[in-house]
Amino acid sequence: MTEIEVLSWARGPGLQIATVIFVAGVVIRIFEILLLGRKANLAEAKGSEMSSGLKTMITRTIPDATTFKRSSVTIVVGYVFHIGMFVTFLFFAPHILFIRDLIGFGWPALPTTVIDAFAVLSIVALLAALVNRLTNKVMRFLTNFEDILTWFLTMLPLLTGYIAFHRVGFTAPSLLAIHLLSVELLLVIFPFTKLMHTFTLFLARWYNGAISGYRGVAS
Amino acid sequence: MSASIEKGINALKRQVDSSVAAFFSSCVHCGLCAEACLFYTETGDPKRTPINKTEPLRRIWKSEYTLFGRVGKVLGLAKKVDDDLLAEWQELVYDSCTLCGRCSMVCPVGNDIALMIRKTREGMAAAGQAPEGLIGATTRAVTIGSPMGVKWPALQAQIRHVEEDTGLKIPVDESDVDYMLLLSSMEIMNFPEFIEAMAKIFDKAGVTWTISSEAFEATNSGIQIGVSDIAAELVQRIVDVADKLRVKTVISPECGHAYMAIRWDGPNLVGKAFNFKVRHVLEVLDDLRKQGRLKLTGKDSQKLTYHDPCQISRRGGVIDEPRNLINMFADNFVEMPDGGKMNWCCGAGGGVSANERADEIRLKVFERKKAQLDEVKPDAIISACSNCRIHLEDGLEEYNMDIPLLSLTETVAEYLADD
Repeated sequence: MTEIEVLSWARGPGLQIATVIFVAGVVIRIFEILLLGRKANLAEAKGSEMSSGLKTMITRTIPDATTFKRSSVTIVVGYVFHIGMFVTFLFFAPHILFIRDLIGFGWPALPTTVIDAFAVLSIVALLAALVNRLTNKVMRFLTNFEDILTWFLTMLPLLTGYIAFHRVGFTAPSLLAIHLLSVELLLVIFPFTKLMHTFTLFLARWYNGAISGYRGVAS
Repeated sequence: MSASIEKGINALKRQVDSSVAAFFSSCVHCGLCAEACLFYTETGDPKRTPINKTEPLRRIWKSEYTLFGRVGKVLGLAKKVDDDLLAEWQELVYDSCTLCGRCSMVCPVGNDIALMIRKTREGMAAAGQAPEGLIGATTRAVTIGSPMGVKWPALQAQIRHVEEDTGLKIPVDESDVDYMLLLSSMEIMNFPEFIEAMAKIFDKAGVTWTISSEAFEATNSGIQIGVSDIAAELVQRIVDVADKLRVKTVISPECGHAYMAIRWDGPNLVGKAFNFKVRHVLEVLDDLRKQGRLKLTGKDSQKLTYHDPCQISRRGGVIDEPRNLINMFADNFVEMPDGGKMNWCCGAGGGVSANERADEIRLKVFERKKAQLDEVKPDAIISACSNCRIHLEDGLEEYNMDIPLLSLTETVAEYLADD
């Protein structure tokens, strides 16, 4: 297999297989949660479930002051990583072109120097996250194989993308193929792991807000 | 597999619903919940991280309610829930958690971890893995009617004393009244002043009320140990009497979990909406204030602070009411840092105070409360939960702090206007 053949497999069948597994997996996981259902609350309400649930979906993004003080490293690292990753993923011109090919529309890109900075930020933050995970007493205690695996598979697309952009080492088609394959690996593993939090955290936050809001407490 | 572990596993299965599944699916092991939990911050022991306390329930969710977990179970990869696991987790689920819910407010993905731990207790209790102290309290609640073994003659004697001291009549078993007052055993035995305060306040406000000789106990060991059947039976006793007497509102007294049990869990436990309202005593007092039926005179110039009982404030929604009431008589009210819905637990709720095995850690984690109090340096602490009050007094003594504890209801009664 030549590097061009690998690249076309990664752009074609590879991507299709990964996308199907990703979409089907995520849909199954979400239905599996929702189909369990939840009993209606028979107690007299003091506030609204729906509006409080929706509010918490947004507000839980910001930590309270004491929590920020007590866990500032974890929180800052988390913010920088997520922002860096989303900006790099969503506003890099080639990504937008790629997405336009898939879904038929795109949006304006950010200058590549800006993207470069965000990519570096997210890579550094992800490294810091690993160091934090292995040195913070609580995180080290909680860490299991899946945490390390998902860390590694999240780091791969960032790193291979950064290397492909700067054309280090291999030729362009090889670098791009490696980058695409790493993204596909991430897509395939996604529904089976804690990466699902990307979607389920909105359900969890809604339930949290609804439970509190019903009792008249803003969570 | 022993019969009891099978019961435990079945009980855990019944606890899994869409909220639990969404919570477990979302955990990223960030560890933020540890820093929200006084049992971690004051001991530094990572096994006390709140989400870790839910491990038995997580295993059941994973192996029974996720497609991939079920596949894993078939392949023999699922982590088992057995007697050894539950025995090991007892100390985490019962001794090291007051169900205060601070973790639930902090979790960035929104997991209601306190609810998950509460649900884990259902499996632990069904498998016979609950602390002796809580089992004893629950047994007494079912057979005698009170976790402390308080019977009606004891309350009757207290009522007689209050009537002699105040010259007021305490209505017993009267029907068609506005309010039926529940009491905690702790109030009956240690703080009968609460009954006196209510008699005076209701007399001035001109409302009708009663205490039932059949259902006066507000506390509910069933929700602490985690046996819903028992919790439901204890709630049903109150419902039957409130319906029989046709009372408009049942009042939950100054007790945290009692309020949770009757106000928020009650109708769900018995499977039926109530025909009457349930209010916490502070909500009732604040209502009377709004209606102009609660008039106070005089001011307290001491520096006062308020300890929010978790089940009344963060988990119960009664946050503004105590502050409205305190402002009626306090000249120098100071909030504790994190006061209100983010207040730190005293360390004795959720059945911890009924569990002698937890005595040592209960006093250890009081250091969190001490740190809060050291910042405010109040002349007195007001609270609205007898359990918090007893434990705060215990903790203050342990750490050689000389700060008086006041009940909010009793303090309001002291400032009642004479007119």
